[in-house]
Amino acid sequence: MGREAGRPDSAGEARDAAALAAERVARLSYGKLVAMLAVRSRDIAGAEDALAEALLRAIADWRRFGPPANPEAWLVTVARRIDADRWRRAVVAAEGAGDWLLREDGRLASAGLEIPDDRLRLMLVCAHPAIDPAMRTPLMLQVVLGIDARRIASAFLVSPAAMGQRLSRAKARIAEAGLRFELPSRADMPGRAEAVLDAIYAAYSLGWDIAFIDAGRSRDLVEEALWLARLVADLAPEQAEAHALLALVLFAESRRAARRDPATGRFVPLLEQDTGLWDAQLIAEAERALRQAGTLGDRGRFGYEAAIQAVHAARRRTGTADWSAIEHLYRGLVAASPTLGARIGHAVALAETAGAAEALTQLDAIPAARATQHQPYWVARAHLMTLAGDKAGAMEAYGKAIGLTEDAASRRFLTDRRERLDS
Amino acid sequence: MKFVILNYVKPRNFADVQPENDPDGPAWGAYTKALLDAGVMVGGAALRPSHTATTIRLSEGRRDLHDGPYAETKEQLGGFYLIDVPDLDAALEWAARNPAASLGAVEVRPLVQG
Repeated sequence: MGREAGRPDSAGEARDAAALAAERVARLSYGKLVAMLAVRSRDIAGAEDALAEALLRAIADWRRFGPPANPEAWLVTVARRIDADRWRRAVVAAEGAGDWLLREDGRLASAGLEIPDDRLRLMLVCAHPAIDPAMRTPLMLQVVLGIDARRIASAFLVSPAAMGQRLSRAKARIAEAGLRFELPSRADMPGRAEAVLDAIYAAYSLGWDIAFIDAGRSRDLVEEALWLARLVADLAPEQAEAHALLALVLFAESRRAARRDPATGRFVPLLEQDTGLWDAQLIAEAERALRQAGTLGDRGRFGYEAAIQAVHAARRRTGTADWSAIEHLYRGLVAASPTLGARIGHAVALAETAGAAEALTQLDAIPAARATQHQPYWVARAHLMTLAGDKAGAMEAYGKAIGLTEDAASRRFLTDRRERLDS
Repeated sequence: MKFVILNYVKPRNFADVQPENDPDGPAWGAYTKALLDAGVMVGGAALRPSHTATTIRLSEGRRDLHDGPYAETKEQLGGFYLIDVPDLDAALEWAARNPAASLGAVEVRPLVQG
């Protein structure tokens, strides 16, 4: 303490620089380092523990000696040593192992260590068919991005204790089942990549859903999903759907500022948004990604969804929404992937091209069991019944939608709509 | 499994405020109806404001009464729902839709005899 007492500022600065450097590496390289460590050991939990410990040591060490030239190499070296120490303790050390480790450390730290990017393998393992589909996104968020279980639990509306247990169980399953961290064959790749893309899209949708509930957390999730989408498009450039997913999230993201009325803070639906508030740069990047997807092959689910968003984005130039194009694309989307969301979207588009009656017939075809607690279904139903002139039906559907809504801004929006009907 | 959902709200958000002064009234009505329609609602009630509460303790055989709620906190228990759902995940889903989640806080607790 005495040595530092005279220079509190520079000591504080060194502390901050070390913490910042460690935070930066953790942020940028966490998944890359976990992937590299786990691909060897096939033990994600062990790799994470070792890396966490290495990060702690890094802060202490870097404070004293300054951050190393290659922080990633430093962390990998130390994490491996920690892992090896554990292994050695468990197995009873062979004589000379310490020397060998030191030599290995020296080699790694001196050579400009190239850290292979194994994140795609790590993501593919997280989205392995043997892993519960509901756990794939949380697992990926944790092991690729290093997000803590409590934040993941909040996003997924699961109790933090339960989420922690489920994440550990999923990692144990990967280790026990000896799932291979290998790239699938060319033939298997699209199917496996799809699970990865689904998980990324789930992360993005979640961020989008909670935008009005918790803006900070929403921003984080959205940024992380965008980051993963860019990463996958980069690591698997031959996958059309990877580029399409990137386009889709960029299109949606370009409208962030327009979703909320700056004066009242109220929710603004897509068709009433001020297109001047849309982010032209993100739209341009989205259009590039969609073109790239288009050159690679047949359209899948994300291709159609991105194309629908591209038509909406074109309203910025043309001033009108091309509903016949949108309806046509929704038809393709429903054929490619008949999800509840796709069918609801198709019905709403159909109202613009064929009328509300036709749209309601389409909506009625959705099995009630799937739709009764799905808030967007009731929002769409209320909208279509209003168009059809069925005031009582619309009032009831709005009531149902309001009762199923989580965030206050959407609830207020729907309540206003219902009141407007009544007056 | 049965859970109780406890609604903690600020005093001005209590159920007894005049309907014309309560912008959240419709939201509570819609939420209750959604629980009923889903067939998960077992019971529940809205409570009068916490200043109407009386708290009693017996210490060393003496009654100690005071006006007001057990704990003076910014948000107060404004009501509760008793629901029957398959698991905690489902209970949390319903709790998140509770208007008190954005007005104050919602506490979810499993019942001992679920």
